[in-house]
Amino acid sequence: MGGFIFKRSLQSVFSLIALIVLVFFLARLTGSPADLYLPQDASPEVRFQFNERLGFNDPLYVQFGRFLVGLLHFDMGESLQFSRPAVDVVLNAFPTTLMLAAITMPIVIILSVITGSLAAFRPGGVFDRLASFISLIGASTPNFWVAIVGVLVFAVTFRILPTSGTGTPLHWVLPVAVLTLRPTGVLVQVVRTSMITALSSAYVKTAKARGVGSRAIIFVHALRNGLLPVITVASDQAAGIVNGAVIVETVFGFPGIGKLMIDSVMLRDFAVIQAAVLVTALAVFIINILVDITYALVDPRIRYS
Amino acid sequence: MPSSIPASGTADVTHTTQTVPGPKKNSALSDILSLLWRDKVALLSAFLLLIVLVCVVVGPWLMADKARALNLMARNAPPFSLEKGWMFVLGADALGRSLLARIIVASQNTMLIAASAVAISIVVGGLLGLIAGYKEGWISAVLLRLADAIMSFPSMLLAVIVLFVFDPGVTNVILVLAVSRIPIFLRTVRAEVLEIKERMFVTAARAMGARTDRILLQHIAPMVLPTLINLAALEMAFVMLVESGLSFLGIGIQPPEVTWGLMVADGRNYLGSAWWLSFWPGVAIMLVTMALNLLSNWLRIATDPVERWRLQTTVGKNV
Repeated sequence: MGGFIFKRSLQSVFSLIALIVLVFFLARLTGSPADLYLPQDASPEVRFQFNERLGFNDPLYVQFGRFLVGLLHFDMGESLQFSRPAVDVVLNAFPTTLMLAAITMPIVIILSVITGSLAAFRPGGVFDRLASFISLIGASTPNFWVAIVGVLVFAVTFRILPTSGTGTPLHWVLPVAVLTLRPTGVLVQVVRTSMITALSSAYVKTAKARGVGSRAIIFVHALRNGLLPVITVASDQAAGIVNGAVIVETVFGFPGIGKLMIDSVMLRDFAVIQAAVLVTALAVFIINILVDITYALVDPRIRYS
Repeated sequence: MPSSIPASGTADVTHTTQTVPGPKKNSALSDILSLLWRDKVALLSAFLLLIVLVCVVVGPWLMADKARALNLMARNAPPFSLEKGWMFVLGADALGRSLLARIIVASQNTMLIAASAVAISIVVGGLLGLIAGYKEGWISAVLLRLADAIMSFPSMLLAVIVLFVFDPGVTNVILVLAVSRIPIFLRTVRAEVLEIKERMFVTAARAMGARTDRILLQHIAPMVLPTLINLAALEMAFVMLVESGLSFLGIGIQPPEVTWGLMVADGRNYLGSAWWLSFWPGVAIMLVTMALNLLSNWLRIATDPVERWRLQTTVGKNV
C-alpha cells in the first residue's frame, strides 16, 4: 500500500513538472506586462526599467531558473495586480473555491446515489424514465446558461436570491445549484448502470429469496458493489467541478480561484497564473490519489503492490 | 412507447416494439434505418440533428442577409408573436435583427468547431492509441503519462491560458479543444487494442508476415471503429458545451464571428429587458447536446451485435 502511494505520487510529480514547464513558458508568451501597466506613451527607458526591476529582461532560462528556486521556498513571485506575493493571493482565493466544491460534491453524490439506485430498482419503470430524462437534461445543459436563467428567474423576477457576491448563505444557493447540475446528471446514469448489474447478481437474489426488504437490498447489499464505478467517475468530476467553478465564479462574482485566474490572464499577471495553476493542479492530484486509496479500501479485490 | 420521454442512458429500457423481424436480405444501411425507425426517441434525435445539419450547410447562405438586416420596427420584439412575420417568432435583438435567423447562421460555426475538434482528436488520439496499445514499452508509457497529465488538469484552465497566449480565433479554439480531448480517444482505443491484439486473427496475420502498420490499420482499426463513432457523438456534445463556455467567458470565439455560446453571453446585458436573447441560443445548445447523447446511446446498442436484439425484439422489464 505504501509502495502504491509512492508510485502514484511519483507519477503525479511527473505530470506536475510537465505542467510547471508548460505554464511558465505559455504565460511568458501572453505579451509584455509593460504594455499593460505603463501608460501608452511611456518612454523606452521607463519600459526598460520596469522590465529590469521585475526581471523580465533576463533570458528565459534565467527567469525559469529563478522561478524554480523560488518554488522551493514557496515563493512564486509578486502579483502585479495586487502588489502582494502571488502565493498569498492564490491561497486567499482558494478557500472560496474549495468551499464551493466541498458543498457541491456531497450534494452531487448523495443525490445521484439515491436517484440512481431507485431508478435501477425498476429499469423501464416510470421513476426510471423520469430520472433518466431529467439527468440527461442535467448533463446536457450549458451551466453558464443555467446560471443566467437562474439569475433571471430567482434574482431579477422573483427577487428572492441575490445576483452575485458572497455575503450570506443565500448567495451560495444559485452557484451551488448550478455547479451541482452537470455532475449529478452524469453520475445518476453511472450509478443506475452499475446498480442494475449489482441488483441482478446472485447474492442479491439470495437476499431476496430470504425475504430481505427491498430497501435493505438496495442500500445495504447492492450499493457497496454498485458504488465502485461511482468513485472513479467522481474523481473525474473533481476536475469537472474546477471547470464549472471558473464559469460559476465569473457569472456570480465569486472571489474564488477560477475568477482569479481569468482576471489574471486578462491582466497578464504571470505570477498569479503560475501559482493558481500549480495550487489547483496539486489539489486535483491529491484528490486523485485519495480516490485511488478509497478504491482500494472499499474493494477488497484490489490490492495495490 | 411513450415518445415524449426519451429512453435512458443504458441498454435495457423502453425499446419496445412488437415485431420480430425475420431474417431479411437488406443492405446494411436500410437495416440501420429500420432499426432507427423502431426507436422513436433515437429517430427524433436523428431528425433534430438532420435539421441542424441542413442549417449548418445552407443556413448562412439563405439567412445571412436576414440575420444582418436591421429592422427598427422590430427592436426587442418579444418571442411568440407572429405579427412581424415568422422570422421574428423567437423575438429580435436591440437592433431588430431576427433571433431565429441569427441562431441558424450561428449554427454553422458552433457545429463546425465542435466537429473539427472531434475529428482531429479522433485521428490523432486514435492513431496514438493504436500505437500505445500495440507496442508496449516506453512509447506507450510516455503517451499514457502525457494523457494522464492532460486529463487530470481541468481543461477549462488550459484553454484559458492557451487561448490568451495565442489569439482566440476559430483555429486556435479548435486546436485547444482537440488537444484536451485526445487523451479520451487514446485511452479508449488503447484499451480495445490491448484486447483485440490477443485474438487469433491478429496472430494469424502476424504469422503470415503482415507488417505492423497493415495489422493495425487493416485488421485492428475496423474493430475499434464502432466504439470510436459512438464516442465521437458523445464527445461532440461535450466539446460543444466547452466551446460555448469559452465563448461565453470571452476567451473563445470573438465577434464578428458568432456561435451560440457567444449569443448567450451577448444577451446577458439585456437580461432584464429581453430575456429571449440569452434564452434561445442556450436552448439550441441543450437540444443538440441531448440529441447527440441519445443518438450515441442508440448507436452503441445498434452497432453491438451482442446488444442489437434489444432494438429488434420486445424486451421485458428486467434484464
